[in-house]
Amino acid sequence: MLNRQGRPTAPAESVASAPDTFSGNRGLAIEEGLIFEIGRAETTGVDIEEPPAFAARLGTLARREPLGLPGLSEPETMRHYVRLSQKNYGIDTGLFPLGSCTMKHNPRLNERMARLPGFADIHPLQPLSTVPGAIVLIAELARWLRELTGMAAVAMTPKAGAHGELCGMMAIKAALEARGEQRCVVLVPESAHGTNPATAALLGYRVVAVPARPDGTVDPEEVKKRLTGDVAAIMLTNPNTCGLFERDVVAIAEAVHAAGAYFYADGANFNAIVGKVRPGDIGVDAMHINLHKTFSTPHGGGGPGAGPVVLSPALAAFVPLPYTLVDAKGLGYVEHAGDRALVPTPVATTAVTAPAAGASAGGDAGKSAQAAPAAAAARPLGRLSAFHGQMGMYVRALAYMLSHGSDGMRQASEDAVLNANYVRSSLADLMSAPLGAQLCMHEALFDDSWLDGTGLTTHDFAKAMIDEGYHPMTVYFPLVVHGAMLIEPTESESKDSLDRFIASLRKLAAAARSGEVERFRDAPRFAPRRRLDETKAAREPRLRWSPALARQQAAE
Amino acid sequence: MRYLPLTDADRKAMLGKIGVSDIDALFAAVPKDKLLTGLLDLPKGKSELEVERVMGRLAALNTPAGSVPFFVGAGAYKHHVPASVDHLIQRSEFLTSYTPYQPEIAQGTLQYLFEFQTQVGLLTRMEVANASMYDGSTAAAEAVLMAHRLSKRRRAVLAGNLHPHYRETIQTVSRMAGDEVIAAPPAPAGSEDLARLIDDGVSCVVVQTPDFYGHLHDLSTLAERAHAVGALLIAVFTEVVSLGAVEPPGTMGADIVVGEGQSIGNALSFGGPYVGLFATRQKYVRQMPGRLCGETVDKDGRRGFVLTLSTREQHIRREKATSNICTNSGLCVLAFTIHMSLLGEVGLQRLARVNHANAVALAELLRKVPGVELLNETFFNEFTIRVPGTAADIVEKLAGKGVLGGMPVSRLEPDRPELADLILVASTEVNTHEDRAAYAQALQEVLAC
Repeated sequence: MLNRQGRPTAPAESVASAPDTFSGNRGLAIEEGLIFEIGRAETTGVDIEEPPAFAARLGTLARREPLGLPGLSEPETMRHYVRLSQKNYGIDTGLFPLGSCTMKHNPRLNERMARLPGFADIHPLQPLSTVPGAIVLIAELARWLRELTGMAAVAMTPKAGAHGELCGMMAIKAALEARGEQRCVVLVPESAHGTNPATAALLGYRVVAVPARPDGTVDPEEVKKRLTGDVAAIMLTNPNTCGLFERDVVAIAEAVHAAGAYFYADGANFNAIVGKVRPGDIGVDAMHINLHKTFSTPHGGGGPGAGPVVLSPALAAFVPLPYTLVDAKGLGYVEHAGDRALVPTPVATTAVTAPAAGASAGGDAGKSAQAAPAAAAARPLGRLSAFHGQMGMYVRALAYMLSHGSDGMRQASEDAVLNANYVRSSLADLMSAPLGAQLCMHEALFDDSWLDGTGLTTHDFAKAMIDEGYHPMTVYFPLVVHGAMLIEPTESESKDSLDRFIASLRKLAAAARSGEVERFRDAPRFAPRRRLDETKAAREPRLRWSPALARQQAAE
Repeated sequence: MRYLPLTDADRKAMLGKIGVSDIDALFAAVPKDKLLTGLLDLPKGKSELEVERVMGRLAALNTPAGSVPFFVGAGAYKHHVPASVDHLIQRSEFLTSYTPYQPEIAQGTLQYLFEFQTQVGLLTRMEVANASMYDGSTAAAEAVLMAHRLSKRRRAVLAGNLHPHYRETIQTVSRMAGDEVIAAPPAPAGSEDLARLIDDGVSCVVVQTPDFYGHLHDLSTLAERAHAVGALLIAVFTEVVSLGAVEPPGTMGADIVVGEGQSIGNALSFGGPYVGLFATRQKYVRQMPGRLCGETVDKDGRRGFVLTLSTREQHIRREKATSNICTNSGLCVLAFTIHMSLLGEVGLQRLARVNHANAVALAELLRKVPGVELLNETFFNEFTIRVPGTAADIVEKLAGKGVLGGMPVSRLEPDRPELADLILVASTEVNTHEDRAAYAQALQEVLAC
C-alpha cells in the first residue's frame, strides 16, 4: 500500500552522470531494452506449421494491415524476461514488510498443485459430469473458509479483495431491498483502505467518515452518533489499518444491528487472527478474504488475487451465482437461479480432506456449503464475472490450508503477531509510535515525527532501506497518521532475519538523527534505478512504445 | 510446520523482549469470551506428500482437456502454451513480488506492464491500454461504467450476441448501481438490428465480434450510429487470437475495446485467473479504470517506468475514484506478454490461420453429419451447429464416448427453449485431424441412436 498524497513525487534535482561502463551494464545488473527495440517483425519463437490451403470464412473482415508486433526467438525471450526479473524485489529475495499486504512465503507445493492437469487443464464449461473434482474442491475450500470465520455461507467467485467488497456490499444492498428499504449512507472510518469508500460510492452510497480515537481505534459512541435510519452499513477493517484489533467491535456490531444496518468487515488483515477469533463470533455480516494475503496464493507483481466473501445468516441468501450446495441430496452446483445440478461425486465431500480418523467428517452433513439455509430461500445476486471464479487460486489456498491445518494456521497468526510486536518493541525507542506505546497485531505503525528537524521524510527513509537490501514498509498509509510507516513482517521471518532487519533500521535511524542527509536524499544508489520522476510521468503520459516516440527520444 | 521458521526458544525470547508472559497477552484487545481456546474443527497440518495425495485424488476426478478430443470454447480456449512461458512466470522475482509501489526495485514488473500495454494497443488498434483487469467479463462491466461517466448517461444497450456471462455481469453491476441495461435477445443466426435501440438517452452499445455464436461483424455502421447520438461503442472479444486474422475493433470505430486474454499464455484453469484487456482512445484516458504504467526517467536520466495517472485511483481519490479496482492480473499479464513476444507478428498470424483452418475443416465435417445444420456464414475458430434433439443430452452422450464436443447453448441460456438444440463448437491448433474425425464419428453415432 502506498499513498502519494503529501509525498514528494519528483527527485530534487536531476544530475546526469556518465555511465561507468561502456555498455551501461554493471556486472550482473544488465540493461535491457523493450521487446519493440530488440525484437523483429519477421522473427517468431513458436514453430507453427502453415495449414494447407483452405477456403477462409472471414467474409469481408480479414485483417488488412500488419499488427506491428515484434517477435523474439526462444533464447532471446528467456534472456529478456530473466533480465527483467532480476530488476524486481520479491519475497524470496528478502524481507518484504509491506504493511496491509501480508507478503508471506509462497509455498511452491501450491504452484505444483495448481498445475496438475486435473485443475489447470479443465474448461469452465465442459460438462459438469467431467469435473466433479473441481466442484468438490470449491465446496471444500468453502467449508474451510466458513469454519475459519464462523460464518454461514461463502460467495466464492469474487476475483480480488475489491471485487469481494463489491460483492459483500451488493449483498447488503440486496438484503435491504428485500426488506423494502432504501438506505443511502455507508459509514467508513478515516483509516480505511481507499477501496472501501470507492466501493460504497460505486453502488450509489454516500460515504460518511467516522473519526478514530487518539489510540487509533473506532469509538462506538462516534458510530452511534451517525447511525441514522439512512445507514445501510459500516465498513470496518479489523484488525484495522493501524494494526490494532478494534477492542469495541462487539459494541459497534450491536449498535449497527440495532439500527437495522449491516457490518461489512474488510478482511485484508485476517492473517492476524486466523484460529484466534472468528469474525462470525463478533457480529460481522460480510467479510472478504484476500486469498493472496492470508492464504498465500502469490501476489504475482500485483495479481491475480481472489476475494471470496463470507456471509452471515442474514446475508447468506444473497450469494452471487454460481455456488455449491451440500444438502441431503448430496453436492450440488447452482449456475442459474432456481436451477441445481447434482454433481456425481465418487467420494463424499468431507472425506476428501478429513484425517483418517474422520474428526470432521460428517460435520457438514445436512449443512449447505455456500448458500443458506436452502436453495429455495436463495435470492442470488446474479453473476459478478464469467465462469466459476479464481479456480487456480482456490487450489493454492486449499493446499496452503491442508499443509498448515487448524494447528498450523493458528500458529502462523500467533507468529505473525509476535514478529510484528518484536519489531515494534525493538524500534520503539528510536522511531515514534503515533498511537502511544501499545501492543499491535500483525503490523507495527510508526509516524514521521521522529524525523522532525532532520530535514528527511518517510519517503527518504524508505528509499534508504532499498540500499540496505530491504523492500520498504508501506508508507503514507494509513492516511490518519502523518508520514506513516506500516511494518508487517509476517510469520515467514526467522528471529535472525528480524534481528538483522531491526539492526539495519536502527543504524539507519541513528544516521538520520545524526544528520547524514546524503545517505537518504540520494537513495537508492544501488537499485536498478535511482529515484524516478513520477511528476514527469503524469504530466507527459507515455503509456506505450511507438516508433514516433522512439525517434523523438533519440533526438532528445 | 515447515513454513514457520520460529522455534519455541525464539518465541520465548521474543515474548520476553516484548515484555509479556504469553502469546495470548498479545491478543488482549480481543474480548475474552471471543478468543478461541481450542483448535477449530478442521484437520491438522499435513506433509507435502500427504497434501499431494489429497489434491491428486481430487484432480484425478476431472477430465483434462488435453486428454480427449476437445472442442469447448465459449469464452475460454484450449491453446498450446510454450514451456518457456510457465518457466518464466515462476521466477521468484515475478511470482513473489507485489504491485510496484517502489519502482526502483520493480522495474521488471513495470517494464513488462509497459510492453503489455503496447501489445494490447497494437492488437486492438487503440491508442492506450491499461495494465489489465480481472477478466474479460469484468472489463466489460467496467467499460460500461466508464461510458456512463463520459456520456453522463446511464443506459447501456447490449447486443443479443454478447456472451451471456458478460451480459449477466454487466446486468448485476448495473442493477446494483441503479443503471439501466437494455439487452437485445440472442440472434444465433447472426444478424441483429441494434440501431433501433440507440437514441440520445443511450450511453453505450456493447457488441462482440466474433460474437458468442461465432459470427464476425463489421462494427463501422453501428459505431457511426452510436456516435451520431453521442453514445460510445464498446467492442468486446473473448478470443484474442482472432485479432491475428480479423480486422481490429479500433479500425471500426470502437471507443473502448475490452476482451479476454486467456488464450495467450494462460491455462484454462476452470475459468480463472484470466486477464482482462482494456483499451481506449487517448482522449478518454483519465476516465479509464485500472492500473497504468508510464515511461519516465530516473535521477540519472536513465529510462524507467512507474505507475502513473494514479489520481484516477481509489487509494488517492477514495469515493471519487474511477473504479474500486486495486489490482491488475499481474502474473497472467506476464504470461500473455511472454507468449505474445514469442509469437510476434508472424507467429500470431500463423496461429490464427491454423485456428481458422481447423475450425473450417471441422465445420465441413460436422455439417455432413445427417441432421446437423451449420448456422454460420462467417466465423473464426468457433461456430454454432443446430442438432436434431436436445443439445445438452447430445453433448453429455458425446462425453460418454470420450469426446468433449462443445457447449450446449442451454448451459448459459437455460430459459430460452428456442436455443436448446444449439451447440457451440470451437477448434484450435491443439486439435488434430484424428480429433475432428473422432468428433464427427461420435456425433453421427449419437444422433443415429
